Amino acid sequence: MNRIQEKLKVNKKLLSIYFSAGYPSMDDTVEIIQELEKNGVDMIEIGLPFSDPLADGPTIQESSTQALKNGMTSQVLFNQLKSIRDSATIPLVIMGYFNPILQYGVEAFCKSCQEVGIDGLIIPDLPVDVYDTHYKSTFKKYGLINIFLITPQTSADRIRYIDSISEGFIYMVSSSSTTGGQVGFQKEQTDYFERVAKMNLKSPLIVGFGISNHDTFTQATQHTKGAIIGSAFIKHLSVKGIKNIDTFVKNIL
Amino acid sequence: MSYNVDSQGYYGDFGGAFIPEMLYPNVEELRLNYLKVMAEPSFQAAFNALLKDYVGRPSPLYFAKRLSEKYNTKIYLKREDLNHTGAHKINNTIGQILMAQRLGKTRIIAETGAGQHGVATATVCALMGLECIVYMGAIDIKRQAPNVARMKMLGATVVPANSGSKTLKDATNEAIRDWINNPVNTHYIIGSVVGPHPYPDMVARFQAVISEEIQWQLQDKEGRKEPDYIIACVGGGSNAAGAFYHYLDSPSVQLIAAEAAGLGIDSGESAATSFLGKEGIIHGSKTLLMQTSDGQITEPYSISAGLDYPGVGPMHANLYKTKRAEFVAITDDQAMASGLELCKLEGIIPAIESSHALAVFKQKTFKPDDIVVVSLSGRGDKDLETYMRHFEL
Repeated sequence: MNRIQEKLKVNKKLLSIYFSAGYPSMDDTVEIIQELEKNGVDMIEIGLPFSDPLADGPTIQESSTQALKNGMTSQVLFNQLKSIRDSATIPLVIMGYFNPILQYGVEAFCKSCQEVGIDGLIIPDLPVDVYDTHYKSTFKKYGLINIFLITPQTSADRIRYIDSISEGFIYMVSSSSTTGGQVGFQKEQTDYFERVAKMNLKSPLIVGFGISNHDTFTQATQHTKGAIIGSAFIKHLSVKGIKNIDTFVKNIL
Repeated sequence: MSYNVDSQGYYGDFGGAFIPEMLYPNVEELRLNYLKVMAEPSFQAAFNALLKDYVGRPSPLYFAKRLSEKYNTKIYLKREDLNHTGAHKINNTIGQILMAQRLGKTRIIAETGAGQHGVATATVCALMGLECIVYMGAIDIKRQAPNVARMKMLGATVVPANSGSKTLKDATNEAIRDWINNPVNTHYIIGSVVGPHPYPDMVARFQAVISEEIQWQLQDKEGRKEPDYIIACVGGGSNAAGAFYHYLDSPSVQLIAAEAAGLGIDSGESAATSFLGKEGIIHGSKTLLMQTSDGQITEPYSISAGLDYPGVGPMHANLYKTKRAEFVAITDDQAMASGLELCKLEGIIPAIESSHALAVFKQKTFKPDDIVVVSLSGRGDKDLETYMRHFEL
């Protein structure tokens, strides 16, 4: 069983943290992963930087731009992660846009993921139907779980379809927004969490976008399995560097 | 085999809708409705009436006698430069504003590079009394002050794109982000045959009025609908898509696309996407784009602000790959010289974009009885400063 699937069976609310690989410094990747795992984070999304990240707000985009300036590429990331499984057992997901993966070669990318011990991928601009038709078997061959997004605008039928082809969790985007765009949740968002939770999907729900502290984490996970923090952690890294990751995590949980 | 879009939104291997789920409802709403709306008689009537009385169509198909003599062939200019706002861009914005109204949208967003599409969008928003927000790269805002002023006079809000390279591609990213944040009341008027399906097809259909007119105008003048050649410049590719549209599947009509080679294809300062690009995804479309070996999108260069887009519309990527169209790379200097030549020979100051199409005559020889139609996509008023600098006028 895949590490993501195992983690989803654990009886607790899961905290997943996103960071951009190669940020703040080129060689921080491994240490950030180790620190997050040591401090009780349940899952990590490693952001593969892209020049034109359409679904991201300014915080993640700027960290991406900096990471690219630092020299981050797909190949560099895989080199950095070569021995990661000697020191980390936490589920690792790569989140990246489709174009860099296409250039690396989809199958080659999946193979490299398997070699370093990546468990899943989140590719926001790879449409569900294109994945289903063209890439599903390749992902399976290399033991990778593809994670799909839903938003408050996603219809019930489409949520059911996405659930049917999901093997891990569903990434529930909390509002109609890019990343890092809001503070706190309104009633319509918590209603949406509850509405989808009541659909009794086979896939657990993990909420992302808009979670930055203990209160929003608690709100987001009231009806769901877990929550993902991205922009708030990037901001922490931009101010404190990779020090004090322990306090950041403690303040959430 | 057709060179037009298929039912899945692809031109051969290119096109599709590679968009994040956050955009899916917006794009799906458009996809499900655009053909239905465009087929409504009331839509057709409104579109045609505005093209006639507001834009000033049909645009003339002008026989350029002295230019023809110089190149010893028969050259017709399709005068999109005479349209209201000075270019073909308005054909699309008229169509899309009517589309937006019928979809019940109250807020319009657009991206712009040099500001031409921004002005054309601000114009139709003023015409319809709709809120208009135009995203423009912070660097372009500095470079294109007159068009920023025009947009403001027309009531639009111009928002600087400060991300990435602060130019057209980033303005497009910002417009897409705005659409993600405002999925219900907003319509995004894309300015070229780029972006996720159905945009390339919808924009091409609105611009198709260009070749529809060429057909009957040429019939009047030459007794046949089909020229031997059509030449158009290609950045994103909307004027070329419009000029080629009704001839895509007529093999006797040879299509020529002029791309901006900037300082030269191998100079590192170029925007010749078909020559330098590789297959990939940009702004939700699978197409040819300029990128690093790691798949990061690079910043193109051309003296013409309307041609420096790092991608090209999927229709054109397919025309290139299948060799249905011939792609010719034109440098800054070649374009500028041909622009000046048209001024002297025909008394027409062309946009620098269109000058790239005219420069094809310096690279290719045509037969004396060939009929060659050039899409003169825009007028040169906006480019005066660049012409002045280049020729030290």
